Amino acid sequence: MSKPVLEILGLHKKFKEIEVLKGVDLEMEPGDVVSVIGSSGSGKTTMLRCVNLLEDFEQGSIRIDGEEIGYTAAPQRRRRKESEIARQRSMTGMVFQQFNLFPHLSALGNVTLGLTKVKQLPKAEATAIAERWLERVGMAERRNHYPGQLSGGQQQRVAIARAIAMNPKVMLFDEVTSALDPELVNEVLNVIKSLAADGMTMLLVTHEMKFAYEVSRRVVFMNQGRIEEQGAPEAVFHNPQSKRLADFLKNAKF
Amino acid sequence: MLDFTRFFVEIYPARWAILEGVGMTLVISFLSIVLGTILGIGVALSLVYGGRVQRFAVRAFLEYVRGTPVFVLILACYYLLSQLVQLTPFQAGLIALTVFCSSHVGENLRGALLALPRGQTEAAKAIGLTFRQTFVYVLAPQALRQALPAWINTASELVKASTLLSVIGVVELMLTTRQIIARNFMSLEFYCLAGIIYFLISFSIERLGRRVERRIALPS
Repeated sequence: MSKPVLEILGLHKKFKEIEVLKGVDLEMEPGDVVSVIGSSGSGKTTMLRCVNLLEDFEQGSIRIDGEEIGYTAAPQRRRRKESEIARQRSMTGMVFQQFNLFPHLSALGNVTLGLTKVKQLPKAEATAIAERWLERVGMAERRNHYPGQLSGGQQQRVAIARAIAMNPKVMLFDEVTSALDPELVNEVLNVIKSLAADGMTMLLVTHEMKFAYEVSRRVVFMNQGRIEEQGAPEAVFHNPQSKRLADFLKNAKF
Repeated sequence: MLDFTRFFVEIYPARWAILEGVGMTLVISFLSIVLGTILGIGVALSLVYGGRVQRFAVRAFLEYVRGTPVFVLILACYYLLSQLVQLTPFQAGLIALTVFCSSHVGENLRGALLALPRGQTEAAKAIGLTFRQTFVYVLAPQALRQALPAWINTASELVKASTLLSVIGVVELMLTTRQIIARNFMSLEFYCLAGIIYFLISFSIERLGRRVERRIALPS
């Protein structure tokens, strides 16, 4: 067994009074593809956002490649400096439901921004990397298009290229097809599948059950801020142990 | 009615005065737009990202300036501020217009920044940009585009507001015109001329602004 690339330990998160994460533990090895399923409000997206440090959390720890992120290790738990947090954020690549491409930059500009400003690569090198990834997601020909000129599926593929070009240890996908027209879903899922096949470590929150079944090595079912059940996709989907999961799967569409 | 023959006779000796007046109008407007914009960016940043005390202080300043007629602001700068420091009319006027401009730019830019989707900041953070980088490379370019039409409007508003500086003795186009009229009593003709010149300045600003707007518009 190799060293885990992502470890979540006892993660607790509150929004005001409401506890949305009540102690989540999750471990991922390099090359792991883990899908998180569950009804809305179960805390899946919040967990993902905690890993990207877009949310702060009150308790628990998250380690990426052994490095404690967001906070200094207990007992003197303290939020890290903003510059430190920025650096740690770039260890994970996040793809959002709403794409969130920068509308004032071309597809190429979107991908090179992080490479030149965060990684401080020379422009030529950044462009070369960006072009390679745009090629990989099938967007090379539209590298000079602006987000406003692209379809939702195309924008999301650029967003994937933008995240992965930073060479993150883990890719995080937050319901990346939920905002897409049905006929555009597959072009995005196919890109994700091919990245998974290449051995990219990925943590996905998804409502696409069929996709989760096909692409994941492990499926995690979250319910009311906890991981209720997890296992190989076959086991989780065909042989749910808990009643909650059975009920959830009954209502989920495949 | 308008006496064109005499007008053309009278305008000749007044030509340099008029040009100097126009020059002063342009210089003081330009300076106050530039300084006011810089100050306005500070105002917007304090309002959006500042702490409680800073927000409150800037908000109070803003409400005060926006709730006061420009004319009063100019008089206040000239008569009140000069109790504290020696100010020439030019300096007092420049301060008044700069403050006026900063309140407009600040409020306008604040709106533009707040209107940006949260996802933009999050996406910028997610790739590891620091707060400063996020602002410079992601938020500001979008907010400034948003704010441009209102900014152009503020600029031409400011040129018109500069006429009020004639009261405290800044020899800009308005005061020049009044001085010329005091000599030749051709009020109708020379006020018309001044009006046309102001119109041309504002119109040029608007046209230039639209051009810039089109140039930086995002393709879609």
